[in-house]
Amino acid sequence: MAVAVRRSIGRQWWFHLVLAVLGSSVVLFVVAPLIGMVVATSLSDLSAAARDRVVLESIRVTLFAALWATLACTLVGVPLAYLLARKRFAGRSLLLAIIDLPIAIPHTVAGIALLTVIGRGSWLGQAFGGGLVGTQVGISVAMAFVSLPFLVNAAREGFEAVPIRLEKAARSLGASPRQVFFTVSVPLAWRGVVSGMSLMWARGISEFGAVIIIAYYPMTTPVLVYQRLNDYGLSYARSAALLLVVVCIAVFAFLRFLARPAAQQREDPDA
Amino acid sequence: MLELRDLRKRLGQWSLRGLDLTLEPGEYFVLLGPSGVGKSVTLELIAGLRPPDHGQILWNGEDLTACPPEDRPFAIVYQDCALFPHLTVRRNIAYGPRVSGVAPGEVARRVASLAKLVRITDLLDRDVGSLSGGEEQRVALARALATQPELLLLDEPLSALDASIREYLRGELARLHTESSATFLHVTHAKEEARHLADRVGVMLEGRLVQVATPRELFREPTNVEVSEFLGLRNLLPLRCTEPGCGSVGGISLTGAALKPGRSHLWIRPEEVILSRDHPVESAADHPVESAANVLEGRLLGVEDADTLRRVHVTLGNEDLTLEVLLTDARFGALALSPGDRVYLSFGDAALHGL
Repeated sequence: MAVAVRRSIGRQWWFHLVLAVLGSSVVLFVVAPLIGMVVATSLSDLSAAARDRVVLESIRVTLFAALWATLACTLVGVPLAYLLARKRFAGRSLLLAIIDLPIAIPHTVAGIALLTVIGRGSWLGQAFGGGLVGTQVGISVAMAFVSLPFLVNAAREGFEAVPIRLEKAARSLGASPRQVFFTVSVPLAWRGVVSGMSLMWARGISEFGAVIIIAYYPMTTPVLVYQRLNDYGLSYARSAALLLVVVCIAVFAFLRFLARPAAQQREDPDA
Repeated sequence: MLELRDLRKRLGQWSLRGLDLTLEPGEYFVLLGPSGVGKSVTLELIAGLRPPDHGQILWNGEDLTACPPEDRPFAIVYQDCALFPHLTVRRNIAYGPRVSGVAPGEVARRVASLAKLVRITDLLDRDVGSLSGGEEQRVALARALATQPELLLLDEPLSALDASIREYLRGELARLHTESSATFLHVTHAKEEARHLADRVGVMLEGRLVQVATPRELFREPTNVEVSEFLGLRNLLPLRCTEPGCGSVGGISLTGAALKPGRSHLWIRPEEVILSRDHPVESAADHPVESAANVLEGRLLGVEDADTLRRVHVTLGNEDLTLEVLLTDARFGALALSPGDRVYLSFGDAALHGL
């Protein structure tokens, strides 16, 4: 009996080793190019980029365009996520597929498709006085289009994880559907919503294909990196790229830090 | 007064097939039935958390069928308590009055008095995640009572608890019912809860309300075989009866007023059967037997404990037929029985119930 138990633990140990080896190759795959970029970029190039007004302006445009896109979509995407999590209606599966569509289509194609809606000749474009092409709003629209699925899906999963009985109990205690949403559903699903917001923001920052179709100027950092790579070569592009990576990592580390303590509190000590 | 009129609901395989029920003001009503017969769905229909397919729900004569749950003077307590994990005990209890716009001072007063009533004053500032099962259930009760419901809906409130806490909380529920003016509707699969708590019990089987009675009536005089089987009654036997007053079970002839043509089963109440070593009429030694119209000879099979009593198994005549008899410990000791002994069972009308 004891031998059998020991043998089975031994087998588990080997199994876990195999998992760890396979898993670390994935981690390496993600980390190696980033480390390569850090190693290949000299500190002086990086500090030059950090003083380059064009680079800094592009980072500002990128961060804020993605942020506005995220905040605007949160306002309309979270209610949609709640509906998708809670209601079963005809066409729900179709709606879920439509939400995921921007992930599937090539982003340059998405950009061209967007032009028909917000371009100069379009109805919406004329409403904004000559189109959103080449404006920061246009950039936000392009970013929103390609990154919205991340927000809606994460928020929907957040709402789905809230036991429906809590909402029913709240209704029975006298709360209206609106009160239930704001006092029970959102407070319990906020981590899913925030996680969706940071995913969407991150995805927006990294968008290139749709953005370059809508707006070459004002230049976002991914577009700037592409332009410098074409015009001046690899090393010149790399320092701007690395600077954006550093800024992004700092921002998202901070976001994770904000969401962390509560997440730890929630863990079951018995589990 | 709650009135359910021909309430129907279909959910996949299961359906509620026309529920008619009236609850008297202030009564403690237990809806009893095996797991999965839709007792919880019935509560959610009453609470307004699910729409019925058909039928009406009336409260004091007013039709609430289309009324949203928050506007019904009812509150529901779920088996798993459904406490809000992001709120403290105090804020959980205060939730109902707060969302209903009760003034903060009044909310605080209600929380304090309810905490005292269910004895959780020391837990008020705790996180609900740190509570034990019994504490959670008391918080859930206080939270529901804080809305001052006229009807409290209890969905298996004791089923998730350990036996000792369950018994304690059962007593607490009885006390809460006495101290509040609300009507209690409690659904459960536990017969003990019905027996101890209910003013009236409704037995629900396969989406139908089969019998409504006081616990005493229900356990003494179940109206049909399914109910008797669900209640786990012993000595329920198929009856053959062609003329009033006499019939046979398992080939053994019996007489009694309960034997009537059309009855399919006979229940012989184990506690009403007298067991003796000698033929009661021949010896007339240890018991008066005037009422014992039936005397059967059998052999003792075995004995088991049944709470404070002894349950004695006796096989009759053709071996296939076994009856159970309940004896007190003292009586059992006095008889000094061992398996294989010949015994006589005698019983009259009091022991017989035809179904």
